[in-house]
Amino acid sequence: MLGASGLTAANGAFGVIAVGSVPNIFTPASTPADQIYKLALFVLVITGVIFLVVGGLLAYSLVKFRRRPNDDGREPGQIYGSTQIELAWTVIPMLIVLVLFLTTARVIHGIEDAQAPEHALDVTVVGHQFWWEFRYPQYGVVTANELHVPVSDPSSPSPTYLTLLSADVAHSFWVPQLAGKTDVIPNHVNHTWIDPQQPGVYLGQCAMYCGTQHAHMLLRVYVDSRADFDRWIHEQQQPAADDPDVAAGRKIFEVTACVNCHSLRETIADGRFGPDLTHLMSRTTLGAGSMPNTPDGLQRWIENAGAIKPGCQMPAMDLSPQELAELVAYLETLR
Amino acid sequence: MVSQSLPQVGALGSERARQKPWTERAHEWVVTVDHKKLGLMYIFYALVFLVIGGVEATLMRIQLAVPNAHFVSPEAFNELFTMHGTTMIFFVAMPILFGFANYLVPLMIGAQDMAFPRLNAFSFWMTAFGGLLLYFSFIGGSGVYGAGSAPSVGWWAYAPLTAKAFSPGHSTDYWTLALLVSGIGSIGAGVNLVATVLCMRCRGMTLGKMPLLAWLNLVMGGMVLAGISPLTAAQLMLCVDRYLGGHFFDTQAGGSAVMWMHFFWVFGHPEVYILVIPAFAFASEIIPVFSRKAIFGYPVMVAATVAIAFVSFSVWAHHMFAVGLPSYGNAFFVLTSMVVGVPTGIKIFNWLGTMWGGKIIFATPMLFCIGFLFQFLIGGLTGIMLAAAPFDWQLNDSYFIVAHFHYIIVGGILFTIFAAFYYWYPKFIGRLMDERLGKWHFWLFLIGFHLTFDFMHIPGILGMPRRIYTYEPGRGWGIWNLIVTFGVAFQVAAMLVFVVNLVRSYYKGKPAGNDPWDAWTLEWSTSSPPPEYNFAVPPVVKSRRPLWDLKHPEDPDWQYE
Repeated sequence: MLGASGLTAANGAFGVIAVGSVPNIFTPASTPADQIYKLALFVLVITGVIFLVVGGLLAYSLVKFRRRPNDDGREPGQIYGSTQIELAWTVIPMLIVLVLFLTTARVIHGIEDAQAPEHALDVTVVGHQFWWEFRYPQYGVVTANELHVPVSDPSSPSPTYLTLLSADVAHSFWVPQLAGKTDVIPNHVNHTWIDPQQPGVYLGQCAMYCGTQHAHMLLRVYVDSRADFDRWIHEQQQPAADDPDVAAGRKIFEVTACVNCHSLRETIADGRFGPDLTHLMSRTTLGAGSMPNTPDGLQRWIENAGAIKPGCQMPAMDLSPQELAELVAYLETLR
Repeated sequence: MVSQSLPQVGALGSERARQKPWTERAHEWVVTVDHKKLGLMYIFYALVFLVIGGVEATLMRIQLAVPNAHFVSPEAFNELFTMHGTTMIFFVAMPILFGFANYLVPLMIGAQDMAFPRLNAFSFWMTAFGGLLLYFSFIGGSGVYGAGSAPSVGWWAYAPLTAKAFSPGHSTDYWTLALLVSGIGSIGAGVNLVATVLCMRCRGMTLGKMPLLAWLNLVMGGMVLAGISPLTAAQLMLCVDRYLGGHFFDTQAGGSAVMWMHFFWVFGHPEVYILVIPAFAFASEIIPVFSRKAIFGYPVMVAATVAIAFVSFSVWAHHMFAVGLPSYGNAFFVLTSMVVGVPTGIKIFNWLGTMWGGKIIFATPMLFCIGFLFQFLIGGLTGIMLAAAPFDWQLNDSYFIVAHFHYIIVGGILFTIFAAFYYWYPKFIGRLMDERLGKWHFWLFLIGFHLTFDFMHIPGILGMPRRIYTYEPGRGWGIWNLIVTFGVAFQVAAMLVFVVNLVRSYYKGKPAGNDPWDAWTLEWSTSSPPPEYNFAVPPVVKSRRPLWDLKHPEDPDWQYE
């Protein structure tokens, strides 16, 4: 199972996964993030030089023009201004602004106006309080919180274009190593794109305050090799498992409130408020990165999600221990 | 040309006031329309809220010091940052700056009071009641949803989180109505400042001979009128949405969340300049006196201020680079946001030009101004980084931006406010603040400020969003957050020293005399504290530095202006 092997650290109430990867904006792994990184270096150099010059002059004047202990008590010469100097320190900053503006405008155009190639992967991202829904319209796949995309080879790029929608309030989609953030706003369709060039897991999270559990609206992007990605898509396209051994659990699922909010493809469960559970066990975390997806964790989550993620929308299910065990056994078959 | 007359100390005040029973004195403060008493009340009120807002910040920093902390609940954390931001902007920064403006502008232009004294009192009390209304949310009921809830929608209150569907109960209404009420007070203060500066100047004081503080507060007053209005409009629309079935921001009925952002930031960005321009005003008065030189490039300083005011109304969408504006829209706001840096830079250069060739005295007010210059420079440069829209797509809504605007608001504005306290306290009270405690305050606060806000940039670069109540271990953010919280301890210590200094100096400070700093503007010509109506005979001036002219009859300023 993908779940347990990927999890190394389970600590505290929020036993969340140490991936060992810090989402540093200065370690880009995708074209938009890389272009931003290069622009950032340029801006840092210019502002750094300005700081050294102006800060240096300030420091120099503090030392040079301090009142000495042996001061004669007379006022220094009064100087009221100088047109030439004022002109100089107006025109030079204007020129710097011009250079910075043109450079920036070029990067904006390069990222924001990039056209999707025909074979680009389309994913629709839907922000919810407090989790992410990922829909793959080209493949009929729906999943949550863990976005799988193929690696993009620079020689024949296969970027992923994301359409960003919100089901409720404003969120913001941010995976620092892949692209800058784009807000996810209800009634306002947004777009962004990534073309990650290194397989791996990239961490991100909601960057726009969206309510009580804004802090646990994490997202992970799995960048797979083309073969792995195709296999993943194929698995996700399968209908939900229907193992007769766990029919009791399935029954519980179907007759409790679960189906009002969750979907299981080709069953009566077609709720849209919560994550699609068709392949629940293919995901490594629960509660948008709140905890590892283990049988024990799943049980605790269903028992009372609010105890783990206070303020999340999933209610305590109020099941008997036996019902809970049967339900978890059923859900565990949803690979 | 009128000749200059020595401003005479008023004879209208009276020492009898001190012998009245305290009830009568308290009553005098409540019903007063005197600009000095109202100014002091603004300042005292803001200091109380500064402590409250500081406590809120401290609680948040304790929660964030280590990963997965459980010091406060998520709900409480969200209330804390909402209240902290709202309090610091609307009930600390604005009132404290209005307070100084109220006290100083009439004195510095040789007037007896503000243009509309009763409007002045009304404005103060509206601001005061706004703050009380906001804090009533902690103890007030919240309908059927539970007793007592502070707003938790963030100080931008982005739609549609503020809609009834996502924000039931009355917590958001406290926020909306509190700002509506205090906004009326702010507009009243703006009207009064503009009218006072335009109509109440003493003889000889043309616009070109006003102290920069008066000029900058004139500009600030004008900006308040233009800037607070969109916020007030947006608050009314939000009320209509919440209670009268409107759909301005109700996205589920076709309303626009983005429209709220535009309304909020078309207020929100000028607001930054509404706060920073009075801070510039303090620096523009204090730096010359402690460099012993006239301000360098007075007309350019005025022009730069006016330029900042105009341009600052066309930069708001740089708060919205990630909203998905079209590329040319983003490019426009990149340009305006970078352009506003030019007049701001000119101001820094002119302060540098003022110090250049002077004899700099490192008294506490000057120390705070020097801290301001360096920190404002750095805050301005990180501002340039954020103005580069793609860089902002990474930095916006991360801890980097929290560090950036605290660099401006604390490192810039609060430092000059401290400078203003040390500089004008003797005028307000008649006694000097203690220099030794002042230096302790400065150095402790400087260390605390840099520990907190320098290191706060780093988790932002490492992908830590703002407004999260906790974070997981192993993401590389822990150590930086610990340092940031460590810095808060120094800031708290510095604030304690400051408060002790304020109180102790009131009773035991060295008597100040009229003019303890050997300064040049009119407020130093009258007694400390000034009598009611300030000047028995209105002064007549010939230059921007009337007291320089008096002290240096052989080489007066008016020969050069």
